[in-house]
Amino acid sequence: MAADTPVYDSARRGPRFVEEARDLWRYRHFVVELALRDIKIRYKRSVLGVAWTMLNPLMTMLVFTLVFSTFQRQPISNFPVYFLAASLFWTFFAQATSHTATLTTDAVEITRRIYVPRSAFVAGSVLVGLVNLLLSLVPFVLIVVVTGWRIRPSWLFLPVALVAGTLFTAGVGLFVFTLASRFVDVRDMYQVLLTPWFFVTPIVYEPAIVPERWRWVVRYNPMTYLVEIFRAPLYDGWLPGPKTLLFAAAAAVVALAAGWLFYAAKIESYGLRS
Amino acid sequence: MASAPDAAIELVGVTVRYRIASEAIDTLKEYAIRKLRGRLDHGQLLALRDVSLVIRPGERVGIVGPNGAGKSSLFRIIARVRPPSAGRVVVRGTLAPLLELGLGFHGELTGRENAILHGTLMGRSRREMLDRMERIAAFAELEPFLDTPIRNYSTGMVARLAFAAATDIDPDILLVDEALAVGDERFRAKCHERMAGFRERRKTFLLVSHLLDEVRETCTRALWLSEGRIVRDGAAGEVCDAYQAWAHETRDGAAPAGEDGS
Repeated sequence: MAADTPVYDSARRGPRFVEEARDLWRYRHFVVELALRDIKIRYKRSVLGVAWTMLNPLMTMLVFTLVFSTFQRQPISNFPVYFLAASLFWTFFAQATSHTATLTTDAVEITRRIYVPRSAFVAGSVLVGLVNLLLSLVPFVLIVVVTGWRIRPSWLFLPVALVAGTLFTAGVGLFVFTLASRFVDVRDMYQVLLTPWFFVTPIVYEPAIVPERWRWVVRYNPMTYLVEIFRAPLYDGWLPGPKTLLFAAAAAVVALAAGWLFYAAKIESYGLRS
Repeated sequence: MASAPDAAIELVGVTVRYRIASEAIDTLKEYAIRKLRGRLDHGQLLALRDVSLVIRPGERVGIVGPNGAGKSSLFRIIARVRPPSAGRVVVRGTLAPLLELGLGFHGELTGRENAILHGTLMGRSRREMLDRMERIAAFAELEPFLDTPIRNYSTGMVARLAFAAATDIDPDILLVDEALAVGDERFRAKCHERMAGFRERRKTFLLVSHLLDEVRETCTRALWLSEGRIVRDGAAGEVCDAYQAWAHETRDGAAPAGEDGS
């Protein structure tokens, strides 16, 4: 028998999280096709598909601009860019992670008939989110130009921010997906959680306006740092400080590691719900 | 250690337990409440009981038995869809489960896109599927419609595409469900021909079927499963005869017997 013959052994010896990672890599082509399917379906179904991805953040931005420029005593200069620089990431994060919960239905349909690592569905979801994020850069640049803001060299930091943001999103996505594979109410619960999370993150306001006794909420919220590594280069025009960068990187690595370990430990028994 | 290092498929004391659906707790809220009260027991159903089995490369094994005997569970653990609750499963070689065709197909995607998606779901690469696309389209007789969304296909066209995409492969082991042939009489003949091709190439072959004649014809060996156990294992003809006799007997007791063993 050839040495490269694949062997499936239910009493596999390696640790779960290593085996699962190996399987995900083996099915990387499926991840890409799954993401392509979602993107194609989305953009085929309506002529406005692409336009919608771009219009949606602009509409939200408009609403927040109207509301917050009226209420904030110290108006933020160029609120649209201030908001969009952060919401680029938040939207990607919120969409990709809640989408993983929706995909559990799809995952059950397929994995009860054929073997495929379930993490492929999370990876696909994150990939779709990334494509949407890149598309939403188009209206962002447009707003930057129209409002007379400038594209600065600090924008070159964006790929680094994207890596950290993607790892964090994947970690949370794995956690949500694994729980949602077992419990049907997790999807709704997570949606309920996202709204307050949005408001305890400085996306539509500056951290400085938070009253002293509530500061800790913002300070202990990892999203604060992840949002900041996008906003510092895109809005402020400088690189994020070392402390911000360190916290963001730590949040990304911890989220991914914890999400992956939880997934690897639980998915086999959670996935058997069907 | 596994006892048969050269086996294509090896099962050692495999048991499969299912939770009984009515006992399942599927909300986090309920789970937390039950857990706090310390009540989390559930009913169980044994689908396979301590099954041991060795299938060597090139063997063609038919699996027969009444509904609920554990045939699908056996396929599921071999196809890695479900882990055994106890015991060990070893599968050596690439495995292609041809159980459900058209898995992952989406109406909005074209025939080509669906074939690629399905291929990657079976563990193949996009490149590989593109290389095979011409042959797949030719076999399915869908060349002119390959770039049409399959929601515009007829049921027969979708089935032909699914069969062609799923069987244009070269695996070491095939898991096959009966009634895999699709389409009209002429196309069904083509399907059977393709399956016969796998047999000629000495692929390891597992077939679940209620059609005993099909098992007699295609298999060298047969397993008779009953209540999660292998009650008989031997030459296909012999096991089929025994099973057929048993089926007739039990059916005579309950209702007038039919003609054949289907």
